[in-house]
Amino acid sequence: MGETLIQKIMARASGKESVTPGEIVTCAVDLAMILDSGGPRKIWPRLEQLGVGVYDNEKVVVVADHFVPAADPQSAAILKLTRDFVKKFDIKHFYDMEGICHVLMAENGHLQPGMFACGGDSHSTMGGAFGCYMAGFGAIEMSGVVVTGDIWSVVPETIKVDWSGSFGPGVAAKDIMLLLARELGMENAFKVVEYGGETIRNMSMMERMVLTNMAAELGAETGLIAPDETTLEAIRAGGTEPAADALEWRSDDDATFCAEHTFDASTLAPQVAAPHKPSNSAPAQDYEKDQIHVDQAYIGACVGAKLTDLHMVASVLKGRQVKSGTRLMVAPSSKKIMKEAAADGTLATITEAGGMLLPSGCGACAGLGAGIIAEGEVCISSTNRNFQGRMGSNESFVYLGSPYTVAAAAVAGHIVDPREMLS
Amino acid sequence: MSAVTGKAWVFGDEVNSDVMAPGIYFKESVDVMASHCLEAIDPDFAPNVQPGDIVVAGRAFGVGSAREQAALSFAHMEVGAILAKSYARIFYRNMLNFGVPALIFPEADEINPKDEVTVDAIAGTVENKTTGKSYTVSPIPEHLMEMISVGGLMPYLKKKIDAGELKTGAMPK
Repeated sequence: MGETLIQKIMARASGKESVTPGEIVTCAVDLAMILDSGGPRKIWPRLEQLGVGVYDNEKVVVVADHFVPAADPQSAAILKLTRDFVKKFDIKHFYDMEGICHVLMAENGHLQPGMFACGGDSHSTMGGAFGCYMAGFGAIEMSGVVVTGDIWSVVPETIKVDWSGSFGPGVAAKDIMLLLARELGMENAFKVVEYGGETIRNMSMMERMVLTNMAAELGAETGLIAPDETTLEAIRAGGTEPAADALEWRSDDDATFCAEHTFDASTLAPQVAAPHKPSNSAPAQDYEKDQIHVDQAYIGACVGAKLTDLHMVASVLKGRQVKSGTRLMVAPSSKKIMKEAAADGTLATITEAGGMLLPSGCGACAGLGAGIIAEGEVCISSTNRNFQGRMGSNESFVYLGSPYTVAAAAVAGHIVDPREMLS
Repeated sequence: MSAVTGKAWVFGDEVNSDVMAPGIYFKESVDVMASHCLEAIDPDFAPNVQPGDIVVAGRAFGVGSAREQAALSFAHMEVGAILAKSYARIFYRNMLNFGVPALIFPEADEINPKDEVTVDAIAGTVENKTTGKSYTVSPIPEHLMEMISVGGLMPYLKKKIDAGELKTGAMPK
């Protein structure tokens, strides 16, 4: 009988010939990513308490991305502690203010098809775009992982989601996820979502990563995309040679899925999620009649400020101005992306239109850094989550949209269908 | 771990971890963090919850962020147990790792705020003393029972390390 990709990955990681959904396995962890927010500051005292070190200083990767750059003495102290931890435990891979962890794992060749990886952030699912298991865990669980090098899992069932057809202008991977949050709901715990089909095959790696990132919004264990030539190119671009068996990591044709869904990308319209949850979505044009005034338009986070996202923003802003009474803030997902967007003129287009650039980091998306919003304010954001109070005041309102849709709202001053601004 | 009895605090579906542990308080102590737990949806909860009280919730309790502070806040306030129709996976794992029993409880709608509830996580029983109704629930998964019974992940690892059953790196000098 055929096996799903997740079964193959968990069988290898647990040292078994094969595993079946529902089975409880202990998996060896190939990469354990911990962050300034819930990493060293939580884990170091626990290591002291246990009197042990980390299981492998090559496999524990540390990223400072949540409290960067330090905006107050507490953040500065957390970042210093993070750097001290790296020195003390001789951590070999440390990214200090280089960008957001999930994007850095992809940019720097850390991910290979078939790997089993854990991250101390719920959007660690983003790594699944490389055909590996990567999922999010709390700091308490990551404390266990850095000590033991393994973790228990229930082998998940797989929900297969196939997309065919090409996007129309002004439509992006983000719109797929805002629609799926509505269609599949946020309660798919202990299940994997595997994306496939022609639309996904034709996507760049950065767009694929939107789908796996927001598998977290579906409540899934993780998202997966079987590797192909695009995946191998991305691994090489990160300075790593793909493993010889890389393309063998895929679900068998006769694998069993717990659900199968098919969608047509050619009929997909830009989507917007209204406060206070990602599944509360509808086509962008449905919001136009309400003329919802936007105080802030935010392009940021792991999911929504990659180079492809900044290109979408620039395509809307070219020759236009941000509306008076609305502020546009752009925090590129990494320094590398910032550099590339500077070199190709994208940042110039954004700043000429009146956009403000912010540092690369998790920032306002999680209410941690510059760009948080006040009581009564409305923000439309290219980020992945709009729970009550997430970006600041409990009485603020966050709408989610694609980079096209956020840029179009910045120009119009209210929520509109971005296709009106793209010919 | 023995049975706990406490007052029920009742919440709805899809209560997310951002409202359990708002990001704007991330840098604060666990005391401060916990004092803001769920304030956006029930400002009475954090100031009034007592050790041993039972948190009752609907579907996908703890959906969203991986932040351990969401689970840690309940542990810090010494909540006796959580009874929810279903859980988000990271929150569920965090809760058990902090040694607080999180049980799947489909009959959550039958518990009203302030009902007196007794939960025995090992036996898998829930008793609503106010309504007089008793329930059988799936106990904690067997492979986690040992961890829960010693109080959570850290005490469990300590026990294994002390017994020489766990090989890992040494604490650097």
